[in-house]
Amino acid sequence: MTTTTPVDADEVRRRTHELLASHPPATTDRTDFLKARFDAGLAWVHYPAGLGGLDAPRALQQVVDTELAEAGAPDNDPRRIGIGLGMAAPTILGYGTDEQKERFLRPLWVGEEVWCQLFSEPGAGSDLAALGTRAVRDGDTWVVDGQKVWTSSAHVARWAILIARTDPDLPKHRGISYFICDMTDPGVEVRPLRQITGEAEFNEVFLTGVRIPDSRRLGPVGDGWRVAQTTLMNERVSIGGARIPREGGMIGTVARTWRERPELRTHDLHQRLLTLWVEAEVARLSGERLRQQLVAGQPGPEGSAMKLAFARLNQQISGLEVELLGEEGLLYGDWTMSRPELVDFTGRDAGYRYLRSKGNSIEGGTSEVLLNIVAERVLGLPPEPRNDKDVAWKDLSR
Amino acid sequence: MTAPAAQPGQHEPAPMPVLLYSEAEEDLRAAVRALLADRADAPGVIARVESDTPYDPRLWKALAADIGAAGLLVPEELGGQGATCREAAVVLEELGRSVAPAPYLTSSVVATATLLALAAQEGPVVELLGDLAAGRRTAALAVSFSAPAADEAQPASAVDGRLEGTVTGVADAATADVLLVPTTDGLYAVGTASDGVTVQPLVALDLTRPLATVILDGATGVRVADAASAVPAVGRGLLVGAGLLASEQLGIAEWCLGETVRYTRERHQFNRPVGSFQSLKHRMAQLWLEVVSARAAARNAAGALADGSPDAPLAVAVAQAYCSGVAVHAAEECVQLHGGIGMTWEHPAHLYLKRAKADSIAYGTAGRHREVIAELAELPAP
Repeated sequence: MTTTTPVDADEVRRRTHELLASHPPATTDRTDFLKARFDAGLAWVHYPAGLGGLDAPRALQQVVDTELAEAGAPDNDPRRIGIGLGMAAPTILGYGTDEQKERFLRPLWVGEEVWCQLFSEPGAGSDLAALGTRAVRDGDTWVVDGQKVWTSSAHVARWAILIARTDPDLPKHRGISYFICDMTDPGVEVRPLRQITGEAEFNEVFLTGVRIPDSRRLGPVGDGWRVAQTTLMNERVSIGGARIPREGGMIGTVARTWRERPELRTHDLHQRLLTLWVEAEVARLSGERLRQQLVAGQPGPEGSAMKLAFARLNQQISGLEVELLGEEGLLYGDWTMSRPELVDFTGRDAGYRYLRSKGNSIEGGTSEVLLNIVAERVLGLPPEPRNDKDVAWKDLSR
Repeated sequence: MTAPAAQPGQHEPAPMPVLLYSEAEEDLRAAVRALLADRADAPGVIARVESDTPYDPRLWKALAADIGAAGLLVPEELGGQGATCREAAVVLEELGRSVAPAPYLTSSVVATATLLALAAQEGPVVELLGDLAAGRRTAALAVSFSAPAADEAQPASAVDGRLEGTVTGVADAATADVLLVPTTDGLYAVGTASDGVTVQPLVALDLTRPLATVILDGATGVRVADAASAVPAVGRGLLVGAGLLASEQLGIAEWCLGETVRYTRERHQFNRPVGSFQSLKHRMAQLWLEVVSARAAARNAAGALADGSPDAPLAVAVAQAYCSGVAVHAAEECVQLHGGIGMTWEHPAHLYLKRAKADSIAYGTAGRHREVIAELAELPAP
């Protein structure tokens, strides 16, 4: 059945042992180990040979990860470089030139270069294709002006994936191009964006006369919207696709409080807790079923269901938790403005979780837009009539 | 079948069952679906439910004997197929999709699982199991269809082998050949045609699953288990019934969603398909999410029962607490989004609504199952 696949589980395991033998984790520098792992094709085995992979089935990554974890090898701290791994890398792999893949993928995966995403704008949220950041050609260079928003990691990022308008005379989906933007360009200004939790996890990014060489364009001029679909598809997978044990998410915190503090219990809260506990358990099972589908090589559209389910559950569970805490629910940990490097949906106190989870149904596509996508792409329901598809971008109302 | 290995460092209370469908299960599904499409289309079911014979004996023979669905849970040495709850769950998904009247859940699942729990090697239990597996006879457990898995109430008594008592709301009793009667003196197998047994049909909300009152007035039968072994056997039968009912509920919800999507794509009002309005499509997308979740919950319950997992009671309670509401929601949306045609007797939507609502009470309501979860997951009431 797999006679055409050159690399199987045994081969992956053999190469992993070889890496561990030539670079013992205990005595090897972390970055050196990660570089060696990349060069051995064990970074992401489904990537091409020479680019950190082995052209192997994606499911075999588990073999590598398990072996390396058992040997106590360092990982590349995927949470810190999630945008690079989850969004920039698949897009560069899909649309980049050989030079771009060679230049960017290794430092991205190793974590030497952090990436951020310059997509959303104050005037282009759900209607991302309406974006107004302009990229104007000047010989072999593009000059970019505009404002981006909701950019996590912008203050630590070396590179950004950027979409900008290159032809305002075309309808909005057709006049966009996709670039790799150097965040150290003097025209890039990053300002923290304080959110309802009090902290500034995201940034606003102002682009003024930023110069991007044409060699850092991803995909053809005017094809940026199609390229961006790869990025966005992977974003949704990375937000909703993680495996969790029973009571592993927010429900676990509430359940522990319920068990440890009987004085807080009421009948009304009990009924609501049980209902949410069931829904959290079923969401966990749905995630597990999706994982089994992926391992079996039968990916389905169920991934988009996961993000919707977890957004609603996180909001309802954290809302219940604030209420359960009673008088303590009147308090809040700390409103001091800070800039966390990692996004943490489940960290800090109940009040923080309640406020932060409000973003779960907005970031990465609002729940309303995702329901449209499910209805139209999964169920095949007809789209709403639209008046914005065949009009030049410059003539749209804004 | 083996469950995937748990990741190191994770503390799972029991191994995670396989939640996907095997190729053999998909083949079984295709066979059952083709049979039901051929023999139990919607107009036929509507015509039949008001007749004196809600069950089509030819359909039952084809499903139970020819496809072999009745014997899925029964080991091969006892005349069955030697399959598991996973396969029986697939049959129930398809029966839910078609709302075909057939005593599958009651006879081939609940009564069969009750008898199997007695672990008899020979004698009347083995003989009866062989007949149930071959579809030659059907049996009904004489407890109310609303009884939750944990209920141990015994409305019937047995003194010197003579059974007395009235059991209300027994599903599929009217067509059953044998009643399995839990009594104060153990479990009895009683022929429905024998003296002292009266089966009075009731007017049921669900037209596709007849209910009856069973009146025992000095009836005699075969005592197949003493009181001590009868209670866990009946408990097992009801647990398996509740767990696999989730798959029937999944099938109901799937049909309701699919039919609603199909209809709203074709139905035009305001010069456009009504399915293009966001207010409607969001409701259908929401239902799709629920169906996806219900499938995971139902497969988990079937898998836990099939694997003999210690997690099975919790998996069943979770599946029932969740899937009951999904089936009812899907059927209610189906009626509403069909508009006027959904309120007619002619359109089959009402059959699904009635089945879904009755199923939400069958083997315990979602609320009763949440109470079980409160205990098993250690989330006590105030």
